[in-house]
Amino acid sequence: MNYLLGAFKPACNVSITFSDGKNRKQVPMKKENGQTALVPLFHSQDTISGKVCIDPYQGKKVEHNGVKVELLGQIEMYFDRGNFYDFTSLVRELDVPGEIYERKTYPFEFPTVEMPYETYNGVNVRLRYVLKVTVTRGYSGSILEYQELVVRNYAPLPDINNSIKMEVGIEDCLHIEFEYNKSKYHLKDVILGKIYFLLVRIKMKNMDLEIRRRESTGAGANTHVETETLAKFELMDGTPVRGESIPVRLFLAPYDLTPTHRNINNKYSVKYYLNLVLVDEEDRRYFKQQEITLYRLKEDTSS
Amino acid sequence: MRTLAGVEDEEKWLAEGIAGIQHNAFFMHRALDANNLREVLKYSALMLSELRTSKLSPQKYYDLYMRAFDQLRQLEIFFKDESRHGLPVVDLYELVQHAGNILPRMYLLCTVGSVYIKSKQAPSKDVLKDLVEMCRGVQHPIRGLFLRSYLAQVSRDKLPEIGSDYEGDANTVIDAVEFVLQNFTEMNKLWVRIQHQGPGTVREKQEKERNELRDLVGKNLHVLGQIEGVDLEMYKETVLPRVLEQVVNCKDKLAQYYLMECIIQVFPDEYHLQTLEALLAACTQLMPTVDTKIVLTQLMDRLSNYAASSPDVLHEFLQVEAFAKLSNAIGKVIDTQLEMPIVGAMTLFVSLLTFTLRVHPDRLDYVDQVLGACVVKLSSVPKLEDARAMKQVVALLSAPLEKYSDIVTALTLSNYPRVMDHLDDGTNKVMAMLIIQSIMKNDSCISTADKVEVLFELIKGLIKDLDGTNVEELDEEDFQEEQNSVARLIHMLDNEEPEEMLKIIYVVRKHLMTGGPQRLPFTVPPLVFSAVRLVRQLEAQGGDIAGEDVPATLRKIFQILNQTIEALSSVPCPELALRLYLQCAEAASDCDLEPVAYEFFTQAFILYEEEIADSKAQVTAIHLIVGTLQRINVFGVENRDTLTHKATGYSARLLKKPDQCRAVYACSHLFWVDDPEGIKDGERVLLCLRRALRIANAAQQMVNATRGSSGPVTLFVEILNKYLYFFEKGNPHITPSDIQSLIELINTEMLSDNGNTTIHSDPFFSSTLRYIRFQKQKGGLMGEKYDLIKL
Repeated sequence: MNYLLGAFKPACNVSITFSDGKNRKQVPMKKENGQTALVPLFHSQDTISGKVCIDPYQGKKVEHNGVKVELLGQIEMYFDRGNFYDFTSLVRELDVPGEIYERKTYPFEFPTVEMPYETYNGVNVRLRYVLKVTVTRGYSGSILEYQELVVRNYAPLPDINNSIKMEVGIEDCLHIEFEYNKSKYHLKDVILGKIYFLLVRIKMKNMDLEIRRRESTGAGANTHVETETLAKFELMDGTPVRGESIPVRLFLAPYDLTPTHRNINNKYSVKYYLNLVLVDEEDRRYFKQQEITLYRLKEDTSS
Repeated sequence: MRTLAGVEDEEKWLAEGIAGIQHNAFFMHRALDANNLREVLKYSALMLSELRTSKLSPQKYYDLYMRAFDQLRQLEIFFKDESRHGLPVVDLYELVQHAGNILPRMYLLCTVGSVYIKSKQAPSKDVLKDLVEMCRGVQHPIRGLFLRSYLAQVSRDKLPEIGSDYEGDANTVIDAVEFVLQNFTEMNKLWVRIQHQGPGTVREKQEKERNELRDLVGKNLHVLGQIEGVDLEMYKETVLPRVLEQVVNCKDKLAQYYLMECIIQVFPDEYHLQTLEALLAACTQLMPTVDTKIVLTQLMDRLSNYAASSPDVLHEFLQVEAFAKLSNAIGKVIDTQLEMPIVGAMTLFVSLLTFTLRVHPDRLDYVDQVLGACVVKLSSVPKLEDARAMKQVVALLSAPLEKYSDIVTALTLSNYPRVMDHLDDGTNKVMAMLIIQSIMKNDSCISTADKVEVLFELIKGLIKDLDGTNVEELDEEDFQEEQNSVARLIHMLDNEEPEEMLKIIYVVRKHLMTGGPQRLPFTVPPLVFSAVRLVRQLEAQGGDIAGEDVPATLRKIFQILNQTIEALSSVPCPELALRLYLQCAEAASDCDLEPVAYEFFTQAFILYEEEIADSKAQVTAIHLIVGTLQRINVFGVENRDTLTHKATGYSARLLKKPDQCRAVYACSHLFWVDDPEGIKDGERVLLCLRRALRIANAAQQMVNATRGSSGPVTLFVEILNKYLYFFEKGNPHITPSDIQSLIELINTEMLSDNGNTTIHSDPFFSSTLRYIRFQKQKGGLMGEKYDLIKL
């Protein structure tokens, strides 16, 4: 550490370690500065325990009005920056007011914490979980330390998972029937299906399958909708003839997807769509969008 | 669209494409060297993206494809070596499917798929099925064709055929077949579709381009033909029906034609034979514009060759009733393809006939059936005018002749003449000549009247003028050759049985009489001789034979002969008729039929008097008459006198003196037949000779008067020889003194002649004198006789 800077730094070094930090899985997370960092992964109902270690710099003492650790679940709207909305807030008082002369460690534990929402980093909204350690001081400002967590929640296999099947067309021009094997896919799933051409009167250049994410934030008049195309996958090259059926096989794994979020805390929703796009030789696009539900399936223990 | 762009632009685009491939291949190789899978996939996909171009013609595209293909081989080696990329092949198989563009994705998938099968981590049939199914994503005809061709190529050695590493467990040869069939079907669809792209103005160019691509499609059929373990059963139940279904359903003439051709070429003959029905049914369902005849012809040629290859297989043909099926199919094709030119139909019939002759040489009814079908077809069209069609018909008719090398067989084919009726006159003649030549070559004898009737019906083009023939167009030489052939043919009609022979003669005569003046001189003589031969045969057997319906009496025959020759005299061709009369007279004489012989002579004399005007012809005729008359011994005294009198009379009235002279001394023989029973009227002999001498004298004087010199003494010498002849024969009226005085006369004549000409002693005279001396010296009875002559 650069000790020269130490002068302007708080008088102590606060660190948070998890009791199962060595075994706990870590996942990459994009930080605000654009870099990615590995962050420990938690699930709802996990017990979050660990230690907070306060280590004053050499020869310094830390006076404080108390030490506490908080587990916060926050939703942050970008158009309303800085305004966090905490949907979860748990506090553990670690120390009564006093002075710390030497390294001092406080164990903490939040047993079976309810963390209903997944961490989410969207275009206009962010949902995050963070451990916040506060060393409260009077005049010189409190010392704060944050530790980000990533929360992912597994969903069970859906009971009902119908295929998506639909016939669409433009009269006397193009009639197709498409079928995707499911309406709900887990994040490492494969979309299987086929496109069946009932009538083809236009010359086609290609056909793509797109995965689109629709993130809507706010409510009422303040609703912001942001749509991103996350995948563009060419299904077909050239013009088929009537009766042709084109197979669909799209692996979801390579794309950066999240589960579908519906009305998270009345703040935002994230929905996913499969968009079938046909492009004709004059570059006109014909498309049909279908919503699919994405969910996170508990991965094999091996992975 | 590329079609509108110039060739130059295309070259440019190709160069760009190649540059793109090379550029990305460079980075791909770097990544390969570094075993960096991610980069390898990235650059290989970029490289393959060059194949997404729509700007190139198939030929240029092929060029580009081959360059990418070479690179893919390197890639495959890398994929094979798990230690280099560290990923199980099954994961690799998924990983390459993440590529966003379908064409690179599919090329990579096929490449990995081939490695996957090789690793045997998955059943080959599943991988193959997946690949062939996923390739459907490429619907662009050219790109799709090349992609599937790539698939076919990388999978060729990995099919689960019998004896292959990949066969076993659940992977059977059926899966291999299924895979190839599916790929074939899809490729054919793509191939056919090229036709429907772009405007009609470039149709022709497209057709050419399509033709360049056809082997990509046909390759699949070759593979099918090579897959180990496709037995007849499977071929019959699966392979062929599926292929044919595709062929028929694609409704494209180019494809149908090419694929049928492929089918016929790549699968074994035996299979064709056993699946004939299906194959032929497909042929009848092809587009009307498809040249079905070539397809069928090829099929039949193959089958014929197969049949010819070994006699063991012939029973198979019978078993499957190959002929009936082929015949049916051809009928249908001809019926349905109204557009087919007549030459096409004829070609088909020729092939069918060739097939029949090879496979069922014993089934004449089949041959006849083919000809019958041909007749039906020919009757349905106006007069045949197409030269090529005509050629085919000739081939059709020649085939049985060659095969059976015996015209008799062809004669039993009832439809044979009906086919010939449809030829134009020229061709009809050519065909008739072929028939005759065949008979001559094989030395076949036609021995019944019925067959003769049929035969003449066949060659009637030669026998008589057909309607509408322009006589002036005929080439004289050709005509003569034709008629000579007919004449030769008549001698080939023969039967030991006189009764049947007579019938034959009747038939022949009936036909020949229609021939007209041009032909009769050629055709009557052989007929006459044929009849005369019969007469002599009958005579040798002891006379008339009482037949059932046509009694073969000699009289009857002579009557026919008389009528026949009479026809000739009206041609007119009197010299010939005269000769024939004389022949007949002689024959009649041999049969002891005096009145008949007399009648013939009378006819001959009438001819002589009325028809033969030319002096030279008269000379010849008179000699013939005399010669014949001399040999005939049937006449009674009265008849004979009448005839000889006439003959001598005519002789004396010839135009030129020398001719008169010679004819008269020839007549002397009429009175002296050197035969125990012959007439021997020495006095009249002498009279004749004297008369001849007188005429010779007159001739000599005439020559003297006109030229101032006497001619050669030839005539005298000739008469001298006659004297000597009769002297030797013992004619009492010829005395040595007569001979002596004649010799002296000759000597005198020769001397008197010396004034103008050098003594060129007449060689004839010298040798005659030598002969007399010789006889003298020889002694004996004759010597004594000659001794009386003084030289």
